[in-house]
Amino acid sequence: MSPLLQFESVGKAFLGVDVLKAVSFGVAPGRIVGLVGENGAGKSTLMNLLGGNLRPDTGSMQFQGAPYAPRDSRDARRAGIGFVHQELNLFTNLDLAENLFLSDFPTRGGLIRRRELHRRASALLQRVGLGLPTTTVVSRLSTGERQLLEVARALSFDARLLILDEPTTSLSVPERERLFALVRQLRAEGRSLIYISHTLGDVLDLADELVVLRDGAVVGQGPACQFSSDRLVALMVGRELKQLFPQRQRPRLPNSAECLAAPAGLPLLEVRGLGQPGVVQDISFTLHRGEVLGVSGLMGAGRTELARILFGLDPHAAGTMTLAGPPLTGPPRERIRRGLALLTESRRDDGLCLEASVADNLALVTVGRHARSPLGLLRFAGLRAALGKVRAAVRLQPRLTDEQAVQTLSGGNQQKVVLAKWLLAEPQVLLLDEPTRGIDVGAKFEIYQLIHQLADRGAGVVVISSELEELTGLCDRILVMNRGRITGEFSRDNFDSARILQAALPT
Amino acid sequence: MNHTRQRHLLPLLNHATLILFALVLAGFGLLSPKFLTAANLSHLLVQASSTAVIGVGVTFVLLTAGVDLSIGSIMFVAAAVAGKLALGGAPLAVTLPAILGVGMVFGALNALLVTRLGILAFIATLGSLYVGRGFGLWLTQTRAMNLPDSFLTLGTVRLVGVPLPLVISGGVVAVAHIVLTRTPFGRQIYAVGNHLAAARKAGLNTRRLLATVYIFSGLCAAIGGILSLAQLGAVSPTFGTNREFTAIAAAVLGGTSLFGGRGGVFPGTVLGAVLIQSVENGLVILNADPYLYPLVTAGIIFLAVLIDSTRSRLMAHWGQRKIFV
Repeated sequence: MSPLLQFESVGKAFLGVDVLKAVSFGVAPGRIVGLVGENGAGKSTLMNLLGGNLRPDTGSMQFQGAPYAPRDSRDARRAGIGFVHQELNLFTNLDLAENLFLSDFPTRGGLIRRRELHRRASALLQRVGLGLPTTTVVSRLSTGERQLLEVARALSFDARLLILDEPTTSLSVPERERLFALVRQLRAEGRSLIYISHTLGDVLDLADELVVLRDGAVVGQGPACQFSSDRLVALMVGRELKQLFPQRQRPRLPNSAECLAAPAGLPLLEVRGLGQPGVVQDISFTLHRGEVLGVSGLMGAGRTELARILFGLDPHAAGTMTLAGPPLTGPPRERIRRGLALLTESRRDDGLCLEASVADNLALVTVGRHARSPLGLLRFAGLRAALGKVRAAVRLQPRLTDEQAVQTLSGGNQQKVVLAKWLLAEPQVLLLDEPTRGIDVGAKFEIYQLIHQLADRGAGVVVISSELEELTGLCDRILVMNRGRITGEFSRDNFDSARILQAALPT
Repeated sequence: MNHTRQRHLLPLLNHATLILFALVLAGFGLLSPKFLTAANLSHLLVQASSTAVIGVGVTFVLLTAGVDLSIGSIMFVAAAVAGKLALGGAPLAVTLPAILGVGMVFGALNALLVTRLGILAFIATLGSLYVGRGFGLWLTQTRAMNLPDSFLTLGTVRLVGVPLPLVISGGVVAVAHIVLTRTPFGRQIYAVGNHLAAARKAGLNTRRLLATVYIFSGLCAAIGGILSLAQLGAVSPTFGTNREFTAIAAAVLGGTSLFGGRGGVFPGTVLGAVLIQSVENGLVILNADPYLYPLVTAGIIFLAVLIDSTRSRLMAHWGQRKIFV
């Protein structure tokens, strides 16, 4: 069978650096090709070539047997290639139907046929399992719902080839299952898919064939059954990773609160009866010094909302919080001063100033501490020294300059910048919301190490994650949230993925 | 929680401009019996028609998160060309298309600067502001021109009892409103203003979309220029000065965001234009010091924008979705 899409020794360089080196592989009709690789391995560049955002320097692409050289995204679409990009490309001011058919509204006499538009839209939304009125404005949607809308959009025209780039990062388990069923159904219809994800289990589960990229070159290729998760990781990083999670150096905390050794086990953050109508209810827990506390739960369980309330971003109607004794109140500014830090779930939206430099982002929280002279002018020597130290602490790639815009960094390095920004403030309590979303295996490992180091120094860390494996590998204790309440608590020797998931699922 | 009371407040805030408008009408009505007469209100609408039309043009640009500062200058050049042609004896059938052409050419210049050369709209149209003013001054040799009576009749003639300026502005508003709410082009304008990069990725021809709104704004400026000219009857060297700000004020009063993606021409900009004109008209009737006009207008604009930002803040506060009930 001749392939639907064929890359023939495609090469691309930026500023003299090869990001793709003679990449060749094909996608057969009716097949799912899993594309894996660390961030910076060249996956995005490859997809940008396919989408017409970039042009290859060498080599060529063939689509449906003819040379394929798109000049822009319209060409790609016309050829029959649909994209679900990792970063969402939705219009928050328009409704669902308008987002779906923005570039080909059904019209009569130049006017939009509204009834037809909404009819087609609800059919599409049904396919992806998004049960919302088509007139809902996108700004009202949760991240998971937006991700499903993106998928629906790629289905709005008759794509022969569909590229899904990290489509499940914000999806709950049922939503994810629904998407996978849809992917398989699309394959049954004879369409081809390229599935890109860091969640290797998903890729192994879905894909017929796998392509592994490392440093811009294909380092592994073949039927999916020939690969295991371990082998994929080894290929991606070019070395055998002994374990995905670092060994905690200090012995872990004992499980019962009574026998915790001082000072490491002292209560740090105490939350009692926290509630906000429609958001969270009766939340009580204690975070100890040196503890890594996981918060598990499905999308919409109220985990992010809880973190926002703790950080003072959202109001709460009931309950109290104390930090190392005194009540924790006031705006985020006040709480940062008290030693709180929040790494938000979307670094692009509210974790970083994307167009600003690495240095500006690093200094964002603490720059005021370096303005000591009478006029409030910055002392750059001190600031630079601090930045240099924290860069080393998070192992930010040395070739990245302080002046470089943060948006040019890979996801892993971006997340390190966010984390480093908070480390400069020397926080006592870190609230980390999806700290490893969309970043590569190597960077994940380093962030896990950092979390352990922080805990070892006596900080308390709250990790919110949708990856259960991450929580069980990383945390001392896991809380499970379900519809705004805590429905389960597991200490490390009781970690049982099945039981944790059970507590998270709706009853 | 006092959310119930706050929720009652929201409709009030949502219609801030409308309520302000009602207060202005009532206030002037109480202060002067002449204000709320049919004759004056009709006069007021005719006076507002020019502002409404240029406001509609700039609303399109604002929706894309751009701005057009060259509107007043385009009005001036359009009027100067009209004066030259009319005084040279050209018939209206030649003059009118020529004026509209001038507006679109200037709009195309802005479009070129913004979409091809990638100059910020603020800077590009600021440049056009000076180019237009300079060109117009050269054309008129800085002398005022009085137009023949045939031109003035444009401002007074009636179509089935409706003054022609109202017919024209009403037509522009109607077409613009339908385009914005009912055509793919209109919805795509909102998309571009919300997220330009995503619009490009969605396969929209963003360059052409942006170019079109600047050309449309230029066209509206020229039409607005004719409407002003028909009322004033003369082109002075200051014709159209600062009118871009009246246009932007009308759009903003009508709820259009300067950051793009939010707003509309009807009732939005139209209401804004009529509100601004009502204030001026009322102050004239009250014989207020003319130097006070801008201060009062500014006060109204600040008030409206304050209310709007309060509304946005409250909306954001209430908009936290309940994730379970």
